[in-house]
Amino acid sequence: MFKLEKRPFDSKVMSYCSPLIALVLTLFFGGLLFASLGHNPFEALYTFFIMPLSDAYGLTELGMKVAPLLLCAMGLSICFKAKIWNIGAEGQFIMGGLGGGFMALQFLNAESSWVLLPILLFGALCGLAWAGLAALLKTKFHANEILTTIMLNYIALNALLWGVHGPLKDPNGFNFPESAMFADAAILPLLHQDYRLTIAIFFGLFAMVAIWTLLSRSWLGFQIQVLGEDKAAAHYAGFKENKLVWFALLMCGALAGLAGVSEVVGPIGQLIPYISPGYGYAAIIVVFLGRMHPLGILLASMLMGLTYMGGEMVQIEMSLPKSITGLFQGMLLFFLLASDLLISYRIIKVKKENTNQSATASSAV
Amino acid sequence: MNRLALTGICKQYPGCMANDGVDLTVGEGEIHALLGENGAGKSTLMKIIYGVVKPDAGAFLWEGKPITVSGPSHARRLGIGMVFQHFSLFETLTVVENIALSLPKAQSRDMMALSSRISDVSQHYGMALDPQRYVHTLSVGEQQRVEIVRCLLQDIKLLILDEPTSVLTPQEVKGLFATLNQLASEGCSILFISHKLDEVTELCHSATILRQGKVSGHCDPQQVSSHDIARLMVGDDTPLNQDYQKVEGGSVVLDIADLNFKSDDPFACEIKQLHLKVKSGEILGIAGVAGNGQDELMRLLSGEETTSADAIRLLNKNIGALEPIARRQLGFAFVPEERLGRGAVPDMSLEKNTLLSSAHLGLVKNGWINIEKVKNLGQHILDKYKVKSAGLHAQAKSLSGGNLQKFILGREIEQDPKLLACSHPTWGVDIGAAVLIRHALIALRDKGAAIIVVSEDIDELYQICDRLCAICDGQLSPIKNTQDINIEQLGQWMAGQFKSSDQPAVTGAPEYV
Repeated sequence: MFKLEKRPFDSKVMSYCSPLIALVLTLFFGGLLFASLGHNPFEALYTFFIMPLSDAYGLTELGMKVAPLLLCAMGLSICFKAKIWNIGAEGQFIMGGLGGGFMALQFLNAESSWVLLPILLFGALCGLAWAGLAALLKTKFHANEILTTIMLNYIALNALLWGVHGPLKDPNGFNFPESAMFADAAILPLLHQDYRLTIAIFFGLFAMVAIWTLLSRSWLGFQIQVLGEDKAAAHYAGFKENKLVWFALLMCGALAGLAGVSEVVGPIGQLIPYISPGYGYAAIIVVFLGRMHPLGILLASMLMGLTYMGGEMVQIEMSLPKSITGLFQGMLLFFLLASDLLISYRIIKVKKENTNQSATASSAV
Repeated sequence: MNRLALTGICKQYPGCMANDGVDLTVGEGEIHALLGENGAGKSTLMKIIYGVVKPDAGAFLWEGKPITVSGPSHARRLGIGMVFQHFSLFETLTVVENIALSLPKAQSRDMMALSSRISDVSQHYGMALDPQRYVHTLSVGEQQRVEIVRCLLQDIKLLILDEPTSVLTPQEVKGLFATLNQLASEGCSILFISHKLDEVTELCHSATILRQGKVSGHCDPQQVSSHDIARLMVGDDTPLNQDYQKVEGGSVVLDIADLNFKSDDPFACEIKQLHLKVKSGEILGIAGVAGNGQDELMRLLSGEETTSADAIRLLNKNIGALEPIARRQLGFAFVPEERLGRGAVPDMSLEKNTLLSSAHLGLVKNGWINIEKVKNLGQHILDKYKVKSAGLHAQAKSLSGGNLQKFILGREIEQDPKLLACSHPTWGVDIGAAVLIRHALIALRDKGAAIIVVSEDIDELYQICDRLCAICDGQLSPIKNTQDINIEQLGQWMAGQFKSSDQPAVTGAPEYV
């Protein structure tokens, strides 16, 4: 007989082990899944997790996925630290891409790379404004941010679809729902001409360090953490809740917007109907998998980026559907949440006879 | 034959042995006191008797027969009733509806008959109670009567009361004791849990004292002095209470004039026409039964709620509309009632909790935290106020109530406040920590600070306060020097008998006939 027992204190060790347990379980059940589809599980897992990273090209492709994930996840980590459950990074990402793309279309004949500055700024601003809507609804009308941000995601997606089917459609594009290709000067510089990785990865790394510093050293970061941990204490100390909500949401919106615009003026190079393979949602998993710690988030965004590449790889090599990516991401989150139970609880073995409730039994545990 | 006999009861919780070989016997018609400090294992033992918690080991004899109580409903069938410290009543239902909910179906079907039974029982035991009234309109004392009557409607043989007097005025306590004595004379056994020694001496026939999960002694409270009982409760190495000299205050520090406040919360108490002056170098005590506006008053003082600017004046500045941080900068400090989850963030380290309310002491510069300074201040508080902890990195929730209270009080006092407001400074704190906390408050007073203490512990108020008043239904009684007011008068004030005659005391003085 096994029994769950509450630990007197949360286990620190377990809070770091839990993502590893989740990863092992995901690999195990992922292997089972492949086996049930008639493939050698080891070979398939190799194709999914190792093969994408076997050359420099693969590594730079991973960096390309990590950049938007890291930006979104760092933004979300501010919100989640304050227990503001912003699910809207996806919508803020899309609005950033749409706004930035719109700006890039104004500079189709640009010669100088300086045009990137207004493009990136406007993209970040659009993401910020999108998150600002959720902040306004939350602070003025006490609307639950989970619901509003999810709904805003759909509005953002439809705004993008309307844009590429309507006013932003390339007039010379044979009626395809796509914008014109941006000018070369309006495309983010590549790290190396042979690879697709842009300097967006530096935006991500810079955001990581900046937010790490903000949360660990600044008074503002401290207030955000207190608000998340204990609202009554934040009020007692006199922290202004609404101001902090605005700050966290706007910050996240700007970062997600920057990720979005970096994607359209980076690897994509034009506006298309689907600019995000769900980065904004995957970033939520990244934050929890990374224990809300910047280094953990970096590692987790690499793992999550790998699931995108693995999905593409098994599609090419083994002609399995790409949606396996979503399955792996889902399993990771599922097992993570399950293993997190072990942070505050432990499994103990109970002797059979002790379960018979007998007050007279003299045997102690 | 004993009604209840427990031998060798053990209960292990993760990380602590709540009961360790406890023996307890209660005779027929006996009023038996169970004494002990917070955390001594009283609650666990009661819950074992009432069937809420199952013991790991030990024998349970009920009227001479060994039994296993399978749960509260089984306990009630055996004739065991319990009145918890926190009532389990639905505020939006009437008295009779609340009672019907806990009775077997057959008894609760006819509400009219039940109503008249409730009236009969409450009259028989001298506890006036209208079955048709809604619970939220009742005073706390009356709500307690509902809980007691609920137990008496069954064929009751053992009534357990968990610190029943902590929510009552002195007059209500007298009424309750009369009821309990009558019950005992009719053969009902009573288990009376308390840590107030004078009450135990007055009421109980015998006492069992617990310390750290073990029985540290049995005694006859009529024979033994309360000093000796206190020794049994706390052990040999803790200093007991002492008296402090009363002083006159100096210039006015806090001036509240005609403060009126109604919160959005429908169950909150409305503050009405409150006037109050606190002088430098004195401690003003506000007595009162919980829920009579203490919490609202403290929130208005701390700035968690704001009001018109001139209603509250600190050192001749209007502060009524200021935010908490601005008030702190003017020399206000506050120890709230809730230690974990308001005074301190449970999951954060003591280092971060030091910063929580002390940022204005130069710990933050240009928006950046000076971690070195925070550490120094935190360590200083731990040393000076003898906070037992694993160090500055320990989480606030890992500290015992007493140590956490010492930490919070130390943090507030180290801000060198001109005015300190303090809610229930020693509630749920062990005696050793309580003595240290009172010393620290007196020392701060002697340095010239003005201090307001809100407490339900009347003995403590008499011990440390220079002037006393009471709050009832959001109104403040007159303020008198501590020497000039006896406990009867204070009790009447707590029950609201100071209000002007144009307001009939509807809520006041719910007396046990």
